Amino acid sequence: MSGLNLSHVTKQFGNFTAVNDVSLSVPDGTFVCLLGPSGCGKTTLMRMIAGLDLPTNGSIELGGADITAVPTHKRDLGMVFQSLALFPHLTVGENIAYSLRIRGTPKDVQKKRVDELLAMIHLPGFADRSVAKLSGGQRQRVAIARALAISPKLFLLDEPLSALDAKLREAMQVELRQLQQRLGITTIVVTHDQREAMTMADTVVVMNGGEIRQAAAPVDIYRRPADSFVADFIGQTNLLPVAADSTGRASVLGEVIEGITLPAGAAKGMLSVRPEDVQLTAPGHGAIAGTVTFIRDLGGAIETFVEAGSTQVIAVSSPRNRPDVSVGQSVGIRLDPATSVVLAR
Amino acid sequence: MRREPPQRLADYGPLFFPAGMLTVFFVVPFATMIAVSFFQREQGGFYTPAFVFDNYARFLSMFFGKVLGFSLFLAVAVAITCVVIGIPFTYLLSRSARKIQVVWLVALLSILSLSEVMIGFAWSTLFSRTAGVTNLFVWLGLMAQPQALTPSFGAVMTAMTYQAFPYTVLVLYPALVRLDPTLTEAARTLGASPVKAFFTVVVPALRNTILATLIMVFIFALGSYLLPQLLGRPQHWTLSVLITDQAIYQSNMPFAAAMAVFLVLVSLALVGLALYAGQQRQAK
Ligand SMILES: Nc1ncnc2c1ncn2[C@@H]1O[C@H](COP(=O)(O)OP(=O)(O)OP(=O)(O)O)[C@@H](O)[C@H]1O
Ligand SMILES: [Mg+2]
Repeated sequence: MSGLNLSHVTKQFGNFTAVNDVSLSVPDGTFVCLLGPSGCGKTTLMRMIAGLDLPTNGSIELGGADITAVPTHKRDLGMVFQSLALFPHLTVGENIAYSLRIRGTPKDVQKKRVDELLAMIHLPGFADRSVAKLSGGQRQRVAIARALAISPKLFLLDEPLSALDAKLREAMQVELRQLQQRLGITTIVVTHDQREAMTMADTVVVMNGGEIRQAAAPVDIYRRPADSFVADFIGQTNLLPVAADSTGRASVLGEVIEGITLPAGAAKGMLSVRPEDVQLTAPGHGAIAGTVTFIRDLGGAIETFVEAGSTQVIAVSSPRNRPDVSVGQSVGIRLDPATSVVLAR
Repeated sequence: MRREPPQRLADYGPLFFPAGMLTVFFVVPFATMIAVSFFQREQGGFYTPAFVFDNYARFLSMFFGKVLGFSLFLAVAVAITCVVIGIPFTYLLSRSARKIQVVWLVALLSILSLSEVMIGFAWSTLFSRTAGVTNLFVWLGLMAQPQALTPSFGAVMTAMTYQAFPYTVLVLYPALVRLDPTLTEAARTLGASPVKAFFTVVVPALRNTILATLIMVFIFALGSYLLPQLLGRPQHWTLSVLITDQAIYQSNMPFAAAMAVFLVLVSLALVGLALYAGQQRQAK
């Protein structure tokens, strides 16, 4: 099977398990984002894919060949480091040509390729500049061009955009995605910014505590989170306790909600409802009872905080559908089973 | 932070002390030496003020030219040996565990506390026939008979490298510790083997530090006068040995001064040349 395949990859530092039994299949040409909180093992996993760290257990396959023990320099990959790691003693052009020079490519071929790549990153004519004199965004692009010089089989980026300001970061996300689609190169990006992951990825891999919690398309991750960690980590969500009675009818915060079923045999669970899927109505008639505690008008969206039982529920609405409520008022909460996800506790 | 240029004479106050020390302990002795180098030597170890070039003229003979050439060659050889061994050593040291680094650095620093005399006698014992390392080789069956390794050029080189090595490591160490370790990792992901990454990234990125280290060890080795005498044959004696000989045993101060001035000028010229060459490559 082609593409990148990780099977049961584990990395231990002494007694500490940084990456625990990770299996993942990345088809050729896919853009994958590794997403997760700080310290969850994203960098460690990427370093093992690059060969900079050896897995304690498990194997890594690329294009059908086992590369678990192949040294980094024989893997033909391109990697962009968080610090960028541009060589300070070389010019922009020499940096980009480094991988070609190491492989003994003729000078004129090198030069042609450098010009091609500089055009691709919108920095034509920069070949003779010193890397010290570039702006943050320009250095970023040079690092990307350097990694792509040999047309690698695999393109790895570890938090490539974290040093840039918000605006430039958004622009670079779009640019990186377009570049990847144009080249059709298998790409893995580490990030802890979920917006970044949603913007760029075909597949988002959510990690926590060294394990993969869910690997799916961005929309699925958002709409159908696999567990409460993913639901909470990606975007904002309401996590509400669900309980089933003996007949199997599920109730949330004391109200039976038709259409929601717990997995067979389970008596308790969690319901994840996105704030924009929470509807506020008049109390009674089967709606969950609650009291408005706080209203936050953010201009583009209005957040209403409702206390139901001892649980806080947040509802988000657009200014056009401004709910007619005020702080202290009793309201009813309606949940749509179609947009709610039942999770194991 | 913006600094005001000094306004009044009193603002230069903090400079007086170092300037005074520099004058008393460096400028005056050096000026005296330059003056003495032009004095006329008298029989019996005396000299009278004069302005003659005899001392320099005598110096421009084949014999002293050869000694000067050998001194420069020896200093350059020691500098290059120290740097060639020192860079990989310090590189590996800077990448090893904290505890190992501390042990090595303490060991190297303790070499600095040894005087040249102690180093010289220690090596001459180690290289001797009766008590030297060759006895160990015989015992191991590597050699048939113990052998004296001194006096020889190799012995001089070994001891001088040993003496200059701690300085080399101490100059290289901070630069190598500061070097971003992801640079070599980046080179490896780009297809360079660890050895290639070392030569194409670590060494060029440290070019200025390496040049500075070479110059420092060169000057340090140029001043060595005990080790060549203790461990070398007369043809391994450096100009510093001859200067000591002239100044102390032959009581010929003017000639010793002339040689010292000449040595300073030649080494300054060489250092200038090295810096100039370094700058030319930088500009490219
Ligand atoms: N060389 C190492 N020795 C010991 N522990 C390590 C080593 N490298 C990483 N770790 C530990 O492994 C865990 C995962 O680290 P990793 O760098 O992969 O996290 P990350 O997900 O990339 O986090 P961040 O988002 O902060 O970069 C951390 O708890 C870290 O302390
Ligand atoms: Mg990381």
